[in-house]
Amino acid sequence: MTMFDQADALLLARIQFAFTISFHFIFPAFSIGLASFLAVLEGLWLKTGKALYLDLFKYWLKIFAITFAMGVVSGIVMSYQFGTNWSVFSDKAGPVIGPLMAYEVLTAFFLEAGFLGVMLFGMNKVGPRLHFMATLMVAAGTFVSAFWILSVNSWMQTPVGHILGANGQFLPGESWWDIVFNPSFPYRLVHTVTAAYLTTAFVVGAVGAWHLLKDRANLHARKMFSMAMWMAALVAPVQIFLGDMHGLNTLEHQPAKVMAMEGHFQSHPEGAPLILFGIPDSEAKTVRYAIEIPKASSLILKHDLNAPMAGLDTIPDDEEPPVGTVFWAFRIMVGIGFGMLGIGLWSLVARWRGRLYDWGWLHRAAIAMGPSGFVAVIAGWITTEVGRQPWVIYGLLRTADAASPLDAPAVGASLLAFVVVYFAVFGVGTWYILRLMKKAPEAGEKGVARTETGPVRTAGITPGLAREQLREGDAQ
Amino acid sequence: MIDLTIIWAFIIAFAVFAYVVMDGFDLGIGILFPTFAVGPERDKAMNSIAPVWDGNETWLVLGGGGLLAAFPLAYAIILPATYPLIIAMLLGLVFRGVAFEFRWRDPAHRAFWDFAFTAGSLIAAMAQGMTLGALLQGIEVAGRAYAGSWWDWLTPYTLLTGLGTVAGYALLGSTWLVWKLDGEAQAHARKLAFRAAIATLALLGAVSLYTPFLEAEYFARWFTMPSILFASQVPLLTAIAVYFLFRGLAKGQDAVPFLMSLAIFLLGMAGLGVSMWPHVIPGSVTIWDAAAPYSSQMFMLVGVAITLPLILGYTAWSYWVFRGKVGDEGYH
Repeated sequence: MTMFDQADALLLARIQFAFTISFHFIFPAFSIGLASFLAVLEGLWLKTGKALYLDLFKYWLKIFAITFAMGVVSGIVMSYQFGTNWSVFSDKAGPVIGPLMAYEVLTAFFLEAGFLGVMLFGMNKVGPRLHFMATLMVAAGTFVSAFWILSVNSWMQTPVGHILGANGQFLPGESWWDIVFNPSFPYRLVHTVTAAYLTTAFVVGAVGAWHLLKDRANLHARKMFSMAMWMAALVAPVQIFLGDMHGLNTLEHQPAKVMAMEGHFQSHPEGAPLILFGIPDSEAKTVRYAIEIPKASSLILKHDLNAPMAGLDTIPDDEEPPVGTVFWAFRIMVGIGFGMLGIGLWSLVARWRGRLYDWGWLHRAAIAMGPSGFVAVIAGWITTEVGRQPWVIYGLLRTADAASPLDAPAVGASLLAFVVVYFAVFGVGTWYILRLMKKAPEAGEKGVARTETGPVRTAGITPGLAREQLREGDAQ
Repeated sequence: MIDLTIIWAFIIAFAVFAYVVMDGFDLGIGILFPTFAVGPERDKAMNSIAPVWDGNETWLVLGGGGLLAAFPLAYAIILPATYPLIIAMLLGLVFRGVAFEFRWRDPAHRAFWDFAFTAGSLIAAMAQGMTLGALLQGIEVAGRAYAGSWWDWLTPYTLLTGLGTVAGYALLGSTWLVWKLDGEAQAHARKLAFRAAIATLALLGAVSLYTPFLEAEYFARWFTMPSILFASQVPLLTAIAVYFLFRGLAKGQDAVPFLMSLAIFLLGMAGLGVSMWPHVIPGSVTIWDAAAPYSSQMFMLVGVAITLPLILGYTAWSYWVFRGKVGDEGYH
């Protein structure tokens, strides 16, 4: 094998991981929030007895079922990706990250999967209270899953608590708690989970807004839009604050990442400017056409206008992350964050004026922002994952030294297969979800019907197909 | 002091066994799906596993994740060695998994998703069986990495183990349906179970005769004293299970054929243990070579001790909730 081949195989393996993880994360980003939303809806139904909440629960449960299935099948791919394409990493880091991932399976995946069947299909078999417990378990499972896998990711970003073994393996040190609660973990956890809640809120809000534009008297659409806008108004500012905390933590532990985010090629001994926009040029080590606010970066990151800030000129060239990608991904994430805040504030004004349900432009804006959470989440991950390059275990193991001994054609062929299958299968799945969202939520919403056999029954248990077609006919 | 490495070898073996039998009957139903009539028969066959397939599949993640955690070196060698098989299995499971939801959401393309359900199940089953074969025939290792080429996994032997697994899963799937269905669909499942049982036995027999000749070591374990005394129990017990399987099918019993199929798989697993122990990669890597350090093993063992009884408990509850014959109304 030539050097050229190996470089190709590495690049293809990196593209494959980036592709499969990005696609995968779209689904948990939605299902973490949606599971909690469903638990809230069912809880409100049990508390108030209002059928409206049960209708909304059933409406979103159908969407959850599809989302969850896609999350599961794309997630299993991830649990094998470490071994197929990153076997050196698996061998070296297995003793530290393996147990955390095993805990994810034991405490989260089984919990979700074990109660999912009852959540989707068991309402009539176990009764409302046990069913509510199943919903809570699924929601808890999604959160616990995020806990463990983000602990793994955070350890790779800010590795502590390990020792280096004679065989080249990373081995657990004295305390597992040092490893689990590594320095970046708490910040990454709350920032990511909050992002999932916001992402879901904007999807729910967009669906509500869509149906309000068609029929502003639809009580179901009103309720979901109102709930989503409360989330936007209350959680978006919290998320901006959490993001800032996370950034400060990154500055402390991974300064090169923040330099790339800020586009600081040069050090600024007397206060660094905040570059709003520009085109980073890694060759020339400068940001072209930069629009900047003098000393504002020092103010944000150090709370002092004149605080000196080191730039990438203090980092060896072969330890610098790719600046352009990180710089832009960061701006996309932050821009969307402030856009979400804007919608949240707008909804407060609308609510105060009593126009929440009939302000067409607010509804259109909410629809436009519907998918924004996904974009922000992916942009955020690109910021943090590209920003920690060239390291896979920060400062200790280079990405280039972690890959499997595979030939480029093998990795290329599997990458192609993943791309084709993912776009086809998850594209179709997304279309099914959009089709479900297109239908207005209504009184007597049906559940996740499983069959179309047998005689036509009363509304609650009427089989799916016939009514679906009827309803589509009504809408046209 | 108790050797945690041995405990972990049994935990991983348990996870693999749990996966093989539980997702085995899911995949088997997928493999046999085209033989069921479009309409109520297919709907019921799928409904019989819709509430539990996801939990069943999770054992695969525990098997893989557990291997990474407890035997990272084995994980790092086996997966690159069987790379195309693993990728094929994962993609097969993608199609199989989404078909559970998609076929209900898109009646106009249901025939396509039914096909995807079958093709995905078939590919996943074949790939899993071939991976086992590739492991048993030996993997070339240099230092701490796989050293063979990326077609080493493709041999007549691995094709045989692949087909054996497909047949075995079909047996699990058909006997599960004998248990869960009634009327004509059940009669059809029983007919399938007969055929699957014969195919499984033929292929299991072929693999069992082939394997001892792959390696002198395997031969010695199966055909020399004193180990033959223990090893010979496996085929003897298998013969008894097979007898009760056919008897149960002939007498029209509901649950016995499925339980006997489980027993046959358990004995197959025991036979595997006879051949492999204490290697995790036969001929080159033992469980002690591949084991994670004591601290990792202990940390996880605490988790397993607490969570595994709970997992088994709520999994059993979920099966209990959906017990009995699959009705016409579907689940809600």
